[in-house]
Amino acid sequence: MIHAILVFNNHGKPRLVRFYQRFPEEIQQQIVRETFHLVLKRDDNICNFLEGGSLIGGSDYKLIYRHYATLYFVFCVDSSESELGILDLIQVFVETLDKCFENVCELDLIFHMDKVHYILQEVVMGGMVLETNMNEIVAQIEAQNRLEKSEGGLSAAPARAVSAVKNINLPEIPRNINIGDLNIKVPNLSQFV
Amino acid sequence: MSDIVEKTLTALPGLFLQNQPGGGAAAAKASFSSRLGSLVRGITALTSKHEEEKLIQQELSSLKITVSAPTTTLKMMKECMVRLIYCEMLGYDASFGYIHAIKLAQQGNLLEKRVGYLAVSLFLHENHELLLLLVNTVVKDLQSTNLVEVSMALTVVSQIFPREMIPAVLPLIEDKLQHSKEIIRRKAVLALYKFHLIAPNQVQHIHVKFRKALCDRDVGVMAASLHIYLRMIKESSSGYKDLTGSFVTILKQVVGGKLPVDFNYHSVPAPWLQIQLLRILRLLGKDDRRTSELMYDVLDESLRRAELNHNVTYAILFECVHTIYSIYPKSELLEKAAKCIGKFVLSPKINLKYLGLKALTYVIQQDPSLALQHQMTIIECLDHPDPIIKRETLELLYRITNAQNITVIVQKMLEYLHQSKEEYIIVNLVGKIAELAEKFAPDNAWFIQTMNAVFSVGGDVIHPDIPNNYLRLLAEGFDDEAEDRSLRLYAIQSYLTLLDVENVFYPQRFLQVMSWVLGEYSYLLDKETPEAVITKLYKLLMHSSISSETKAWLIAAVTKLTPQAHSSNVVKRLIQEFIISLDTCMRQHAFELKHLHENVELMKSVLPVNKSCEDMVVDASLSFLDGFVAEGLNQGVAPYKPHHQRQEEKLSQEKVLNFEPYGLSFSASGFTGRQSPAGISVGSDVSGNSAETGLKEKNIRTYTPKTNSLKLEGIKKLWGKEGYLPKKESATGDEAQPIPQKSVIMENVNQTVTKKDQPQAHTQSREEKEKHLLASSLFVGLGSESTINLLGKADTVSHKFRRKSKTKEINSGETTSTHNMTCSSFSSLSNAAYEEDYYLDTLQDRRDKKLKQFSLNSELLDSESFTELPVVEKLSNCSMSAPSLFADNNLEIFHPSPSTAASAANEISVASLLEEPTEHMHSDLMEVCNNETISVSSYKIWKDDCLLLVWSVANKSCSELKSANLEIAPAENFKITEQPECCLPIIEAESTKSFQHSVQMEKPFTEGTLSGFINYQMIDSRSAQLEFSVTLSLLDFIRPLKISTEDFGRLWLSFANDVKQNVKMSESQAALPSALKTLQQKLRLHIVDVIDNEGLLACQLLPSMPCLLHFRVHADVLALWFRSSCSALPDYVLYQCQKVMEGS
Repeated sequence: MIHAILVFNNHGKPRLVRFYQRFPEEIQQQIVRETFHLVLKRDDNICNFLEGGSLIGGSDYKLIYRHYATLYFVFCVDSSESELGILDLIQVFVETLDKCFENVCELDLIFHMDKVHYILQEVVMGGMVLETNMNEIVAQIEAQNRLEKSEGGLSAAPARAVSAVKNINLPEIPRNINIGDLNIKVPNLSQFV
Repeated sequence: MSDIVEKTLTALPGLFLQNQPGGGAAAAKASFSSRLGSLVRGITALTSKHEEEKLIQQELSSLKITVSAPTTTLKMMKECMVRLIYCEMLGYDASFGYIHAIKLAQQGNLLEKRVGYLAVSLFLHENHELLLLLVNTVVKDLQSTNLVEVSMALTVVSQIFPREMIPAVLPLIEDKLQHSKEIIRRKAVLALYKFHLIAPNQVQHIHVKFRKALCDRDVGVMAASLHIYLRMIKESSSGYKDLTGSFVTILKQVVGGKLPVDFNYHSVPAPWLQIQLLRILRLLGKDDRRTSELMYDVLDESLRRAELNHNVTYAILFECVHTIYSIYPKSELLEKAAKCIGKFVLSPKINLKYLGLKALTYVIQQDPSLALQHQMTIIECLDHPDPIIKRETLELLYRITNAQNITVIVQKMLEYLHQSKEEYIIVNLVGKIAELAEKFAPDNAWFIQTMNAVFSVGGDVIHPDIPNNYLRLLAEGFDDEAEDRSLRLYAIQSYLTLLDVENVFYPQRFLQVMSWVLGEYSYLLDKETPEAVITKLYKLLMHSSISSETKAWLIAAVTKLTPQAHSSNVVKRLIQEFIISLDTCMRQHAFELKHLHENVELMKSVLPVNKSCEDMVVDASLSFLDGFVAEGLNQGVAPYKPHHQRQEEKLSQEKVLNFEPYGLSFSASGFTGRQSPAGISVGSDVSGNSAETGLKEKNIRTYTPKTNSLKLEGIKKLWGKEGYLPKKESATGDEAQPIPQKSVIMENVNQTVTKKDQPQAHTQSREEKEKHLLASSLFVGLGSESTINLLGKADTVSHKFRRKSKTKEINSGETTSTHNMTCSSFSSLSNAAYEEDYYLDTLQDRRDKKLKQFSLNSELLDSESFTELPVVEKLSNCSMSAPSLFADNNLEIFHPSPSTAASAANEISVASLLEEPTEHMHSDLMEVCNNETISVSSYKIWKDDCLLLVWSVANKSCSELKSANLEIAPAENFKITEQPECCLPIIEAESTKSFQHSVQMEKPFTEGTLSGFINYQMIDSRSAQLEFSVTLSLLDFIRPLKISTEDFGRLWLSFANDVKQNVKMSESQAALPSALKTLQQKLRLHIVDVIDNEGLLACQLLPSMPCLLHFRVHADVLALWFRSSCSALPDYVLYQCQKVMEGS
């Protein structure tokens, strides 16, 4: 399980803080600081894994991080996650941000903090990896953006717009599930279905 | 990727300038959306933390006004929320906005709702009281026809949801599993997973639906359900073995590229899905040959298909290797996996190297020879600039430590320890060093020095077990008297040298260890007199940096030394100085010392030399004081009440409004009138016994880790491959001369280095050479292991510090803990100072008793007539009536009539199997496994103190079976005690034999499995083995708790965890008594009382975890209310009760 996702810049200023495990407010801040100091000490050419600080579970938890220009992306996970898997998940997250913001930079993360959270919600839900397919995530976000646009026209024709918003549905996203030879058969299960 | 984050904050000011707010109301409104921008601009412009704080406080107070103003529209509120989130992220309290976040989620349109939900999930936590206000909104949104709303509601549910409100949304979320949109189904699965995490009992009934999700036509939903399965299989794999085939099929299809291209990540098909599946297979195949065989093919294919072109393929490979080494071994696969590990270890990429070391650490336990293959890499990693890699390497070395390489490995560990500052790293590493030193120390000097390093580096953060184990080791000694003596002597000498060093401060723990050893064993010294030692201790005592706890240790040591140096002036001075100390504890010690000092004879008998390991008997019930107590009571002294009773009475008196049921009436009726002295003495007797039981259990627990501790020395190499070892050995021979001596000391190595260097300095660089030498000293003993075995000298390595194996072992916890009584019998009077002390810890209960006695003394007696010493004497003289602790454990062993036909075994009722019917309840006989010759059935007897599993083995064949043996694999949650006769030489033809195991629970769980096997030899000396498993639930460990109504009332108030639930009663159980009766029978509860429409029940979870139940009938609704001292228990009992109510 992922216990926390922290993004901060080279100076330790938090840019995104998302905890999936309950920590008191002040401990959260301390964890961000402690993690920043742990990560800052490390060169770019040593490994991307380290043990969580004393506040966040010590050696039971792993910190897996990536450094992009001005930002550190740190995922705090327990032993049930694969280190390399998470490393690529960070990459997926950042690439998705890049697609959604068109050349993402630190500023985007500051001024569209809420949007970053929405994107994250489509990748990780309640500490669990929900989706790793970038196109899928972007499609979800775009559907939400469309919603925002129709909301913008709300003042012009209130009644119609309201009904339009209410009836809006996420577009059907073709995933070729029943096409081709993919047919995940699960034997032994017929009695349960 | 790094180029995408190129724009920096320097661009900020320009951006903001374009956004200057204009004048007028309209402009103000327009600028509202950019308020976050101006806030950020403000913050970036600041230079100091202090200014930032000021600005944010300003911002927060203006936000506070805005959000509570009635004119604020929801749209403005939306903006406010974003700014609040920003402030909270920076660590400022914005709690005034929480309620508005909930309001926004309730009332806003889609976009506003989205912000509201986000803010709620960031601000609140699961137990926040405001969260209850959100439940209704979530329920409404879950029922919405709008997909976005449903999706948002599911997200927030999986993020935070109050546990007790799960029933309100559960059916709605279950419905969503059939939703037409895959994304909704996927989110619903994850939401249910969240519920499974926080309240497993509440979702137990929908496991079938998880299976449906696993077969979902959408791959995403199936992948989401794997999260749940991974978790559930981790908890108990036995229930899911039937799914192995399905998981294998899924993995096969994924690996075979049958998924749509969408799922590819860098042209690797669904890597995260593969990782998940491999982990599930690992858990399923562990120690299970049949299941493992199903997965060999797909694992092989995974290894083959993983072309190393991307980082993520390594992730899959790593999981694959891990799985191959975890499941039942197959040599072909192991060989391939070992090659794979090489790819990791030898990779120039540091991440992969790290994982390679991790894999080696894991694999090394099964195949130590692999370490030899990669020894040079390991040596390089030891000096790696990355501390994480270094640590992982040390972890690996820790696993391969043996008597030959210990000095080098411990040396490396200490080096690392000196560099690191992280507390948990120190604690962890110091523990490992101490463990290794105790196990493999080559000689006394090394051992003492290493332990000194451990104590001084570890400081006061080390685990208290380390000094305790160390002291016990010194005290108990080994079989060799002379050896003991030299070890102790060496310890004392090294401590005296350390204490001579000026201006060095040692950690308190270290000083405590020193003072104990000096106090006990200074008599061994020839040169220095006890007086000199006392002077040193005295100097320490006067030091300002010494904590009062350590002072107590020091003064105890002085006291022990006093009989040997009676005329010492230092002692007199010490007494004078501390007798007026402000610290009561020290003053008491000084008085004790003074009185002892005056009476030499008594002192010598109380403080004998080197008797710390002698047994000592203590009258825990303090029965000799009965007369004294009776006298006191006659004179009108109030009877003694334990602390918690007094507190409770105080509480119930203080209460003006009583919201708790029973509280007043019970505490009023609970303790009225005085109890007779006899009553008290009975009471104390009983509690004395129970303290004793507690002591025993504790000892057993402290002993188990010892037996579990890793010992690679005599390890049987299960899965090593033939042919590896000889090759490896020759490799070592080529690379470097193995050092023949068993005791490789660092100096030796260094010498060899210099010696060898001179003749052939030109061929190899010195550095290179050192590495090789280090390698040979590190890996010595690894490869040679098999040769030792061949020579039949498996145990040639002498374990110096292995504990004496005496019959005392089981009991020794008891005796060793008592031994300290002699040496510090009265220092133990000072409760506070010794809180940390292990020995005394186990004696806690007794000491409490004694304390009570002494407090009585000091309260009642004139302080002039100081009579503690005779009491101490008496204490040690009085023999304690040893309660037969395991009397209840002597189980009836029954013999089935030999003529009973085996085939009929299933029909025999259990009761008839028992020679004398037991009063305990038992389950029905159930067959657990069978084949053509043998059939094993089992039933459970719910005994008062444990669960007794009885296996009845029926021989169905017409010939006799030999050496039948039934074994139960150890399970982590249980303690299994084998009853005698678990191995039968012969089972006659067509007869039935019984085995039994008593099972105790060590750690609460909801359901666990015990697996075991039976093996036997047939008449043609073919041997066969049959495996089986039984499921145990927590219910098997629940027993009635027989208490009175008064006790119930008292206990009720003292428990913190409670759970309430209303249940509809069916027609048949309309009357309370009948409903209770059912519960009593089905769940083994005790009915305490029935008062009108209320019922009180009590039960306990073995060994002694009470749970109280309160039932109230109101019309056709039954209100259940549970309380217990354990948080999980009420939930479980509630679930069971509900099940029973629904069932009947």
